[in-house]
Amino acid sequence: MALDIVDLVAGYGDITVLRGINLSVPAQGVVTLLGANGAGKTTTLNAISGLQASVSSGAIRLEGTDLTRMPAHERVEAGIAHVPQGRQLFPFMSVRENLELGSYAPRARGHDKDVLDRVFSIFPRLKERLRQQAGSLSGGEQQMCTIARGLMSKPRYLLLDEPSLGLAPIVVKQVMSVIRQIAGQGIGVLLVEQNVALALKQAQYAYVLEHSEITIAGPATELQNDDRVRKAYLGL
Amino acid sequence: MLDILPQLLVSGLLIGGVYGLLSIGLTLIFGMLRIVNFAQGEFIMFAMFGAFWLHALWGIDPYLSIFIITPVVFGLGQLIERVVIKPILHAPHAMQIFATFGLSVVLQNLALTFWGPDYRSVQTSYTSQSFIVGNVAISATSLYAFLVAFLMAGALMAFLQFSRDGKALRAMVQNRYAASLMGVNTDRLNRLAFGAGVAYAAVAGCILTPIYYTYPTAGVDLIITAFVVVVLGGLGSVAGAMVGGLIIGVTQTLTGFFISVELKDVIALVLFILILLIRPQGLLGRAGMEEVGTK
Repeated sequence: MALDIVDLVAGYGDITVLRGINLSVPAQGVVTLLGANGAGKTTTLNAISGLQASVSSGAIRLEGTDLTRMPAHERVEAGIAHVPQGRQLFPFMSVRENLELGSYAPRARGHDKDVLDRVFSIFPRLKERLRQQAGSLSGGEQQMCTIARGLMSKPRYLLLDEPSLGLAPIVVKQVMSVIRQIAGQGIGVLLVEQNVALALKQAQYAYVLEHSEITIAGPATELQNDDRVRKAYLGL
Repeated sequence: MLDILPQLLVSGLLIGGVYGLLSIGLTLIFGMLRIVNFAQGEFIMFAMFGAFWLHALWGIDPYLSIFIITPVVFGLGQLIERVVIKPILHAPHAMQIFATFGLSVVLQNLALTFWGPDYRSVQTSYTSQSFIVGNVAISATSLYAFLVAFLMAGALMAFLQFSRDGKALRAMVQNRYAASLMGVNTDRLNRLAFGAGVAYAAVAGCILTPIYYTYPTAGVDLIITAFVVVVLGGLGSVAGAMVGGLIIGVTQTLTGFFISVELKDVIALVLFILILLIRPQGLLGRAGMEEVGTK
């Protein structure tokens, strides 16, 4: 029971960004993918959700189902929700409409009410903002709304791309506590972060992506004490 | 001289409604796909020929033929989207113009080949019928066209506002990438939007058959006004297309009577330029929308 990436080679056009990476996200808990800017973290997520990046070899399997050649919209139906970097909301639509679009996939239809209640229990702030245009929310609220929208499709696996980017430290704390709550509800979370110390605190397992390859992998607690990680990413 | 004003206003509003109907499909396609469909007039013309032949061969009323022609054009539009529009969706503007303009030339010449250059018209029992209210005469065909125009505009706005796919379409315009991440099949919605856009042209064509002549370049003559209406109302705004249509219709009718028939287009275009000087995004357009949709 996991989301498995096997020997994945992927990129954009003629440019290869990932040269055969392997990683596995269990059905519950948080796995983090770390790495410097341009290492290929976002490309990994795009390859999993089937957008922009093209896969030339390898496989993406969701609990046995092969997603590698599946169109992007069917992958949402299979149980993947990708919360993109940079809060890609629908700015001229209300928060409610943004959330409704989150449950566009057939798997979420008819459950809108339950899912919405669950999402409000995690993000009480959004309930007050339902009628507001998404583009007029504060940065932190937009990030919350993006994650909430991702949860609306009742995903089995949630891909989070740099959720702490550009947020005030206190808001980052809130976002991280939300991620813990989500993982506790039986959703496998793949967390991509530049804030390595923060990510290692949330995750049970971690991968480090360097120059298109996974160079370090192991339990998060081990990586916190790994000399290479401490030097390169924690500045210790 | 002023006692004719109510008549002029009514006539202007009625013709304005038809302008609005001609423009809805154009603004829908631009609003959703960011493609200016230069072949939109040809879809109107094909529907007119369809309505003409259904009437000539089997005596089917042009209003009834809406229910036959619209689904056919809707299907045809989806096919054309797949073949002509999809490959140029993210191409430079010049290439998009060549493709849809080329489509327009092909369709015009198909009509010319099959049906010849003759002007044809459909005579129905209600062609010259009119209702008299007070001292205002209301032409039946124009009134029906006006009513259908508002009905169709209302239906489209309700669809975009409340339905699943309508919301998904609006979302797709604002952020195509994010819409895909929601599980929206953007290829299918592109086909749907183009199909619906040309289906609106088909309805307009059927409605116009009893009022206007049917000939291979009828679409060109009709669509020029529609372009003005779409920009005036705000690119991508359905309500804007209707309001813009009414303004152009009334302006043309009033200047045609009070100033000169030759100048009616000139005055309408001067008004058009003046409005755009004050509101460059059009009457009901949203500033910056034309850039939002390009992602």
